[in-house]
Amino acid sequence: MEPKLLMGNEACAEGALAAGIRFFAGYPITPSNEIGEILSSRLPAIGGKFIQMEDEIGSMAAIIGGSIGGLKSMTATSGPGFSLMQENIGFAAMAEIPCLVVNVMRAGPSTGMPTLPSQGDVMQARWGTHGDHPSIVLCPSSVREVFDLTVTSVNFAEKYRMPVILLMDEVIGHLREKVTLPQPESIQIIDRPRPTCPPEWYKPYEDSKTGVPPMAAFGDGYRYHITGLTHDIMGFPTTRKDEVEPLMQRLFRKISQAFEEIMLYDRFLMEDATTAVIAYGCVVRSAKSAVLQLRREGMKVGLLKLTTLWPFPRIAVESLPEQVQDLIVPEMNMGQIYREVVRVNQGRCRVRKISRIDGELMTPQEIIFGIKRRERK
Amino acid sequence: MAQQYDIRLAGLGGQGLILAGIIMAEAAGIYDGKLVAQTQAYGAAARGGFSRSDVVISDEEINYPKAAELDLLLAMSQDAYDENYQFLKPDGILIVDSTHVSQTADAQVYSIPFTRIAREKLGRENVANIVALGAVTQIFPHISESAMEKAVLGRVPKQFLELNKKAFQAGIDAAKTGYSDFLFSLLVVVVRPDLHAFSL
Repeated sequence: MEPKLLMGNEACAEGALAAGIRFFAGYPITPSNEIGEILSSRLPAIGGKFIQMEDEIGSMAAIIGGSIGGLKSMTATSGPGFSLMQENIGFAAMAEIPCLVVNVMRAGPSTGMPTLPSQGDVMQARWGTHGDHPSIVLCPSSVREVFDLTVTSVNFAEKYRMPVILLMDEVIGHLREKVTLPQPESIQIIDRPRPTCPPEWYKPYEDSKTGVPPMAAFGDGYRYHITGLTHDIMGFPTTRKDEVEPLMQRLFRKISQAFEEIMLYDRFLMEDATTAVIAYGCVVRSAKSAVLQLRREGMKVGLLKLTTLWPFPRIAVESLPEQVQDLIVPEMNMGQIYREVVRVNQGRCRVRKISRIDGELMTPQEIIFGIKRRERK
Repeated sequence: MAQQYDIRLAGLGGQGLILAGIIMAEAAGIYDGKLVAQTQAYGAAARGGFSRSDVVISDEEINYPKAAELDLLLAMSQDAYDENYQFLKPDGILIVDSTHVSQTADAQVYSIPFTRIAREKLGRENVANIVALGAVTQIFPHISESAMEKAVLGRVPKQFLELNKKAFQAGIDAAKTGYSDFLFSLLVVVVRPDLHAFSL
């Protein structure tokens, strides 16, 4: 493929099309607009559907419907819209409806600063909807990675039958870079499991080894019940302990037994590092600059880039305190992933956060300053 | 060390600076074959608020994607100049649209009235960004004129191709001839006396 100058949001739309998304419902909001804008012309051209809904509550409901109808479905929004989607994200988690929700983070709370970046929705992406539920949240830090992770998100949604959140930020969403997209044939695409049994034998929420029951599309001839209420294996409401507990356990087990596949991360100059910077999203870019500059000064600093934010990739963080003395967590919030690092660290080494919350991208100098201040002690 | 150039285009919303940044990134990245990162920051208003577009050009992977120490600053409004000139490197190049920027502290400044050229020579103020891009190719040596022209023509709507070609050329001419406000004013007085009030 020819190299192109692509924006993060454009790469997201391209990735969605490549992953097989054929239904988009959404409501415009800065800084995620370009995703819907592009899909509004590209989807109908290939036989897909685009619909602008009355708001984000309706958008989320529509993509759940689209997915139950059998199409890979997605929506894209930013903070205020993401808040409105939470109720139906919970419905998708409970009814096990595969779908992709892209949240391009802007500065909040509330309407905040629509055109400026932040990473304030990390915890909301995990716990925004009520009730105990697992979630998958991925976070890109370059335009090419936006494309790749959009495909991965759709694949995870389909494979595990659940809503997956692609958590971008304004910097990455609006960043343009020269990228070469992969050949379509080289992209791995996963489709949801579908029932092969006769319709009268179909048990829509039956457990199996993977914990992911096959999903029939409405109209395929498999008649079944879908509800947000806690349900039995036939999809009908239940409060029987011997039916509730297995359902809840299965919802968690289908993710926990695949942690190794879902927890994505990268290590950069970590082999001999005695200080590790843990970053994600746009801050990875500043952190990498900072690490390279400190290496030139002879300091042994490395970078752990978190690609999966939820489930928190503890397998990458757990062993770090045996190797390093300092963990530095720069974030564009008051320390949402920092607290997770503190939890996993269990008091074994020093953990420090660097926060920036004024709507500007954290600079490499701020990270360097933060690391050196620690060193002096 | 990798050669890296940090460029900032700053001005008001509606002046087309974000498009100018995209064109510049495309020229350097796609047509000149370098690595590029282009970012932007703008106010919520469609016109009149602040607007800035950063372009980073490098031979190596670009990490921090914003422009930090500027090798080139194009300021299209007085506010944009006031806010950003502090980030200019000592040997950085400063270009201002003298239509809107009248006070500059820097001795070394390329002062060209892009907006006025667009208005008076081309009849449309909104091609001032393209005029500026033409001038940049003559002053800033790290993006070639041919690459920039291809990028301009590749990004503008078809029905305005001719207009943008002319605007780009007008920018090149203005930079080459050391566009003088004074000479331009005299010219206007002689050729279009009706526009005299604007030109002064």
